[in-house]
Amino acid sequence: MLKDRTAIVGIGQTAFAKHLPESEKTLACRAVLAALDDAGIAPAEVDAFASYTMEETDEVEVAKAIGAGDVTFFSKVGYGGGGSCATVAHLAAAVATGQASVGVAWRSRKRGSGPRPWKNTAVQLPTPGQWTRPFGLLRPADEIGMLARRYMHEYGATRDHLFNVALACRNRANQNPDAIMYDRPLTREMYMTSRWISEPLCLFDNCLETDGALACVVVSAERARDCPRRPVYVHSAAQGLPAQHHGMVNYWNDDPLTGPAWTAARHLWKQADFGPADVDVAQIYDAFTPLVPLSLEGYGFCGRGEGGAFTEGGALEIGGRLPLNTGGGGLSEAYVHGFNLITEGVKQLRGTSTAQVPDARTCLVTAGEGVPTSAILLRS
Amino acid sequence: MLTPVIDEDGAPFWEYAARGELRIQACAADGCGELRFPPRPCCPHCRSFAGEWRLMSGRGRIWSYVVPHPPLLPDYAAQAPYNAVLVELADAPRIRLAGNVVAAPDAPLDSVDPARLRIGAAVRVAFTETGGVTVPRWILERG
Repeated sequence: MLKDRTAIVGIGQTAFAKHLPESEKTLACRAVLAALDDAGIAPAEVDAFASYTMEETDEVEVAKAIGAGDVTFFSKVGYGGGGSCATVAHLAAAVATGQASVGVAWRSRKRGSGPRPWKNTAVQLPTPGQWTRPFGLLRPADEIGMLARRYMHEYGATRDHLFNVALACRNRANQNPDAIMYDRPLTREMYMTSRWISEPLCLFDNCLETDGALACVVVSAERARDCPRRPVYVHSAAQGLPAQHHGMVNYWNDDPLTGPAWTAARHLWKQADFGPADVDVAQIYDAFTPLVPLSLEGYGFCGRGEGGAFTEGGALEIGGRLPLNTGGGGLSEAYVHGFNLITEGVKQLRGTSTAQVPDARTCLVTAGEGVPTSAILLRS
Repeated sequence: MLTPVIDEDGAPFWEYAARGELRIQACAADGCGELRFPPRPCCPHCRSFAGEWRLMSGRGRIWSYVVPHPPLLPDYAAQAPYNAVLVELADAPRIRLAGNVVAAPDAPLDSVDPARLRIGAAVRVAFTETGGVTVPRWILERG
């Protein structure tokens, strides 16, 4: 069992901005070194790396730049933001099974000032693009908008429910000086009158476009006790590729509204000592607002079709049933393929978040829903 | 406009479309015969590699739709806002095809007012050529 055998002992990040002058490689090195410094571990001790297949700085580049030692485990996870939590899961598995002792996971991305992946007509993401892109389903927003409209139709979810998600993230960003939207409050009127991106999704249903990098350090629970920060244990971890799933969109299985989150959740909870009701704070992947109600259902915080209603009455705010994306998330802190959700989960369980949930001891972090995904349960 | 980046598994779909036929891959094993989409080498139900392409009626219903607005690729931005739909086939409701509802087979992607679209609306297939490839389009049954 993986349970509590490893811990995240260091986190690091660069500034977040629409444009940062340094290269992705430089930003990656800065984030990794910051995380190792936070962990009190020398870079020469790093012997494992994990990142995303979409990460453009290879572990070779990071390892030689930071002066890592001999590396005995390295792994990359596919499917865009679906891989975020899996990077930590792979390191946890490697460390728990003795393949490595100090693992670093990272993501560096200039999505703010760099190219939009969907504009590339020569290379396609691993999606069955021949069946979607010619018809003008060009962007992830278009693909998720399709699921969102069906979800709203089947279950009576409304734009106000999606606004509740956007607002909770924005309110937390307004507490977080590092967040891109720190000084930009959001109102219902702004949301309801904003421009469309792909109806039924408006501007504020979409995540930010950000330059930035983040990293974390994973070691054994035994080693973690010697590190300066309070260890945050990887209690449970899971990836999810459901039966009959198809690449980056989920249109062709029997029930497209039960996505990879449901698969990951079954495995995640099976290994855990606690359940959804015991989660103090959650970091739910929010590239688009509808992913939150879909994920709330998938991870068992409410029943099928109840994800919209779950957001009512301030449920996602501090003091609500499930405070969520407490750094501001991808919608309002930074969109770096969900890695800031991992580091924010660590901050919550250290007690150092800018929107601290009192006495938070358990945190769920999820990766992108709709694509082959992953999730981790953290505990202090 | 983007043309389909066709792979070996999907090629027959586009070849039949060029003949004006909507065909979906099906298992050809005795006692199975399950349809599958997107196409793939073997049947996920019985694991047979024997396949065929079965003619569909061309009728379906809108399962969901979006109306994309810019920023988009230039050819699509020029027609935005347009509709993109997922159509579930009347012959096989769990087979869903992405496409566009248009006023006539060769009409642009913005030729139908999005306000006329509804989930569940009946549509029928039509074909048009774009960039040398024949692709399906969808016409509202209650035009």
